[in-house]
Amino acid sequence: MSEAGAIAAHTGHAVYPKELGFLRTYFFSLDHKMIGKQFLFLSLIMLVFGGLMAMLIRWELAWPETPLPLIGASQQFIEKGEPQTGMDQTWQEWLSKDDIEQNWLVKNLPTGAVTASFYNSLFTMHATIMIFFVVMPFLVGGFGNFLIPLMIGAGDMAFPVLNMLSFWVAVPASVLMLYSFFVPGGAAAGGWTMYATLSAKAQYSGVEWGVNLWIISLTILSVSSLLGSINYITTVINMRAPGMTWFRLPLIIWALFITAILLLLALPVLTAALAMLLFDRTMGTSFFLPEGGGEPLLWQHLFWFFGHPEVYILVLPAMGVTSEILSTFSRKPIFGYHAMVFSMIALAFLSWLVWGHHMFQSGMNPALGTAFMLTTMVIAVPSAIKTFNWLGTLWGGNIQFTCPMLFALGFVSNFVIGGLSGIYMASTPVDIYIHDTYFIVAHFHYVVAGIIFGMFAALYYWFPKMFGRMMNERLGKIHFILTYIFFNGAFFPMHFLGVAGHMRRIYNPMQYEFLSHMQWWNQFITYSAFCLFLSQLPFVYNFFWSLFAGPRAESNPWRANTLEWSTPSPPGHGNFAITPTVYRGPYEYSSPLVKEDWLPQDHRLGPEATAAIR
Amino acid sequence: MLHWLPEDVSPYGGGIDALFRLIYYLTAAVFLTVTIVMVVFLFWYRHQEGRRATYTHGNTTVEIIWTVIPAAIFIWLGFASKSIWEAIKMTIPPTDTEIRVTAKQFNWEIRYPGPDGQFDTADDKQVDNEVHIPVGKPIRVILKSRDVIHSFFLPNLRFKQDAVPGREIIAWFQANKPGKYEIPCAELCGFGHSGMKGWLHALSTEDYQKWVHEQWPGISSSTPTRAQLAIPEETPLPSSMPPA
Repeated sequence: MSEAGAIAAHTGHAVYPKELGFLRTYFFSLDHKMIGKQFLFLSLIMLVFGGLMAMLIRWELAWPETPLPLIGASQQFIEKGEPQTGMDQTWQEWLSKDDIEQNWLVKNLPTGAVTASFYNSLFTMHATIMIFFVVMPFLVGGFGNFLIPLMIGAGDMAFPVLNMLSFWVAVPASVLMLYSFFVPGGAAAGGWTMYATLSAKAQYSGVEWGVNLWIISLTILSVSSLLGSINYITTVINMRAPGMTWFRLPLIIWALFITAILLLLALPVLTAALAMLLFDRTMGTSFFLPEGGGEPLLWQHLFWFFGHPEVYILVLPAMGVTSEILSTFSRKPIFGYHAMVFSMIALAFLSWLVWGHHMFQSGMNPALGTAFMLTTMVIAVPSAIKTFNWLGTLWGGNIQFTCPMLFALGFVSNFVIGGLSGIYMASTPVDIYIHDTYFIVAHFHYVVAGIIFGMFAALYYWFPKMFGRMMNERLGKIHFILTYIFFNGAFFPMHFLGVAGHMRRIYNPMQYEFLSHMQWWNQFITYSAFCLFLSQLPFVYNFFWSLFAGPRAESNPWRANTLEWSTPSPPGHGNFAITPTVYRGPYEYSSPLVKEDWLPQDHRLGPEATAAIR
Repeated sequence: MLHWLPEDVSPYGGGIDALFRLIYYLTAAVFLTVTIVMVVFLFWYRHQEGRRATYTHGNTTVEIIWTVIPAAIFIWLGFASKSIWEAIKMTIPPTDTEIRVTAKQFNWEIRYPGPDGQFDTADDKQVDNEVHIPVGKPIRVILKSRDVIHSFFLPNLRFKQDAVPGREIIAWFQANKPGKYEIPCAELCGFGHSGMKGWLHALSTEDYQKWVHEQWPGISSSTPTRAQLAIPEETPLPSSMPPA
């Protein structure tokens, strides 16, 4: 075979016909870039739902059992029953019907106020959707798909059909999850952790099919993740371009590779636990029910054995994105590349040994609590190493404050707070007090909701490559500043509530005397959360405007080194005209070998530069 | 921020709060240092035309320093936490006052053993959501649940322990100051979770004796002796072992 032939076979150019029909291009595409975009849009749609649920939750916590503005009935109508406004008349009409099950609004929001059952469904589904249907599809499904082949110099994923299936399996899972709000009994209401026995018997939570659909939807979604992770692992191991050694891989690829291994190992544990829960609910088994010899704590062990690696599945890709962007816009090699790789491997490994720190107060043997406290203290070390290396990357840089850079810095800042607040609950005695309070809610929102900064950083950074157009920098900066302020306004005061002992998952904080002096913080948080939601409007406008009318992007607008920037924006089917050869690591910014301050991985230097190395 | 901690009236809350404070100052110091360094770097090394970034791939010495120092601090914190945790959750001071709390959707069922010191006998008393205890005495509590997992939370006593169906979890708490303290449920237990709460009445010795006389009139005031109850001194907690 000629060299050109070998290249064509490698990049897959020979496989794809030039023109595909509309359906094969936009719906049932085998192209990893289109599948990545499909995941991206799916997660953005789900983000809107997850965000709206958060707004309802915040309304309820700030003004408990009060009708919502606009659609709610007036206070006067609730007290006296005499309709005044148009909404009052509508509510009176709806409430007078005999069967409230017939009207979804009357059942869940009578007179426009959230009911306790609906509130439990809201926070359960908010968490489930944000974790499984927003962060995972956005970073792992969306950017994992888009970036892996482009950044390792491959034409596509190893298994394009599996790849397409992994998206089309995720779609019914999402639809089913949203649909569960509309079955009798409403959506799952046991918290996203779905602790048995509350979840194991319909009579305990009052939710019949909602929980079953929740289980079925997550089982389907884990099939999607498994298909994706097998694909990612195979692709990274087998399809790296010539010269792309393991330690020349960009850190985002390391992050996605490690994430894929975690997914492959963690999700079967969840799937098994979900199957047992479904059997307990529908077939009369007693895995988690003590009256039949089962053990409620077994669910917690299985769930958190999956659940803690899951945290790193969510956060590792955002860490990878941050490393790429900090290096590019500091115009400087990443500080401590090997330390970054090994700390990610250490995080992945240790993430299997810390699940018990979610269970210190669960009734698990307290001696085990001490053991899990020590492993938890140890897992904080690699996170600290990563943070210090990010600071080291900024040191001595020539820092450009672009939108992706601002969001990446925002991610670092949130991750520092989220990481440090984790130390409080790692300490078993302190956890006695703050367990199941808003301190925990503050902590995991700084880590997991903080990932949204990594998501936006990735989107602003790779948007030109994905869609061939630039986003508006000014709107992006407005978006960043507003998001950063209101994010902290919404989540930082939750620490204060936690210190005061405010429990999580309560419907009405005003039922407790010891919390009454903290209620104004709840209102402050709610105002911040509403503003945070509205702060996304500049982004929505910028995204859609740039998608259709943004200025055309050149192939390497950020002057970055990694392989995706050597392809046209957007890259064609098959990515590379000829397979690139990689000569160096991904972060050779401001190298003394060249006049420019960037040196792409596939750029072959002339003899005089080669001589300079010697 | 720590001034929002509710008043502590327990013997072990001091240890918890001291640790809370220690971690607070430690993390605040790290947070401020990291933030200041970051802001200073962002300002000093902001983009300037014609300047070139320092070309470096890192430094092994600083990597070792910022690995070893946090590791040492974290492990030290772990050991500092260990002894306090063991004193609260793994041992129980000698006591003759015992209650049984059975959680159910959405109430705390409180059972007192009565003068004979034995549960499930004729002189037991049972009420919902009202706990009366003498001040300054450790209270041994047997936690059970009828249906789902609940969590018995006493913010002022720095006590929290899940009640798990199918298990009898033994724990202890103590109030050092008379007063009325809220007992919220801290673990999601269903649609009535919010508002599931009780009251702990910590009574002075005289008030407690008065309350005992009201509950068990005609019976001599003396509570059973330790020997009668066969409680050994300083028992290790058999907690979290499922009942045989």
